[in-house]
Amino acid sequence: MEVSLGTLIAQGITFFIFVYVTMKYVWPPIMQAIVDRREKIADGLAAAERGKTELEKAGARVEDLLRDARSQAQEIVEQANRRANSILEEARSEGQKQRDRQLATAQAEIEQEVSKAREELRSQVALIAVAGAERILAREIDAKAHQDLLQQLATEI
Amino acid sequence: MASELPTPTEYVVHHLTNLSVGEGVWTFHPDTIVVSLLTGFLFIGVFWAVARKATAGVPGKLQSFVELVVEFIDDQVKGGFHGPRAFVAPLALTIFVWVLLWNLMDLVPVDWVPYFTWKVFGLEYTRIVPSADINAPFGLSISVLLLIIFYGFKGKGLGYLKELVTHPFGSNPLLWIPNLVLNIVELLAKPLSLALRLFGNLYAAELIFVLIALLPAWIQFVPGGAWAVYHILVVPLQAFIFMTLTIVYLSLAYEEH
Repeated sequence: MEVSLGTLIAQGITFFIFVYVTMKYVWPPIMQAIVDRREKIADGLAAAERGKTELEKAGARVEDLLRDARSQAQEIVEQANRRANSILEEARSEGQKQRDRQLATAQAEIEQEVSKAREELRSQVALIAVAGAERILAREIDAKAHQDLLQQLATEI
Repeated sequence: MASELPTPTEYVVHHLTNLSVGEGVWTFHPDTIVVSLLTGFLFIGVFWAVARKATAGVPGKLQSFVELVVEFIDDQVKGGFHGPRAFVAPLALTIFVWVLLWNLMDLVPVDWVPYFTWKVFGLEYTRIVPSADINAPFGLSISVLLLIIFYGFKGKGLGYLKELVTHPFGSNPLLWIPNLVLNIVELLAKPLSLALRLFGNLYAAELIFVLIALLPAWIQFVPGGAWAVYHILVVPLQAFIFMTLTIVYLSLAYEEH
């Protein structure tokens, strides 16, 4: 364990050479790489953050659009329902009117038929009466026969 | 390895002796120098290779690891030093990784490399833990001392000199000498404590590994394993302390306080 000035000086010189080389060729590129990578990572993280907020915004927009679309659809359905109801109502009232009209026509026709029939009946009763009278006159007096005829007449009227 | 059957003392002393070349203060420890150069080039090589191909895209595993280390150091420097970091951060990175690799050499089984270099190269001594050779930590910490002085002038200009003579007692001319003495002691204590802390820890650790190697072979794995696992804590901790204190010292010299 003796002091050796030669070794000591040699070590010192070597040391400074190594420090110089380290300073010149080793440290800067490694540090540069570290700094660059840091930047890259920071950029990447920022981009991811941006992407996330954009996604959130897009999600919100989608939600809005969906809500709008839903309410619009609701409105359209309601409108359609209203329209269907009104069409139905119209059709119903139209039908009612038509039915009333047709009923009235039918009643009028029936009444006409009835009066016509009555008229016919009346004229036929007259004819039957005339025919009965003719037959009575043709057979002369026979009370019993008269009785039968009169009975027959009565049923025919 | 020097003799056929070394006594325990010889074995321990042998393991704690560096290979040395030269005379007196101009002695070199080629083992320390070569190992620290190898570890240094390992660090520079790996980190440089990664840096050349560094991409901001998806990183490979090695690049992730290097980035982990770099970011860790950068955070530490950011927290401790508020001036420009273009030099201080790479400095801290170099100190941390280099010292870490030095300390890691302690986990290589104590006999492997010495035996290999003895058999292959005929080297009598080889120590492969640079931080357990006092000269390596001191080489580093004295470099740090020079940087402390440099950063003092860089941050405060001539005010740094003024601070040396007027703090901490006051600006009365009578107090200049005591101030200066105290500041010089403080200044010198910094590299001394840096180097001795690292050296002490790793030297003691190496010594314990050597002592464990003296136990009977069948039981060595128990204390050896335990000590090695404990060392996983010590190795990065000492490197971290060396680096952090360097940052703190530079920051103290550079900034007004």
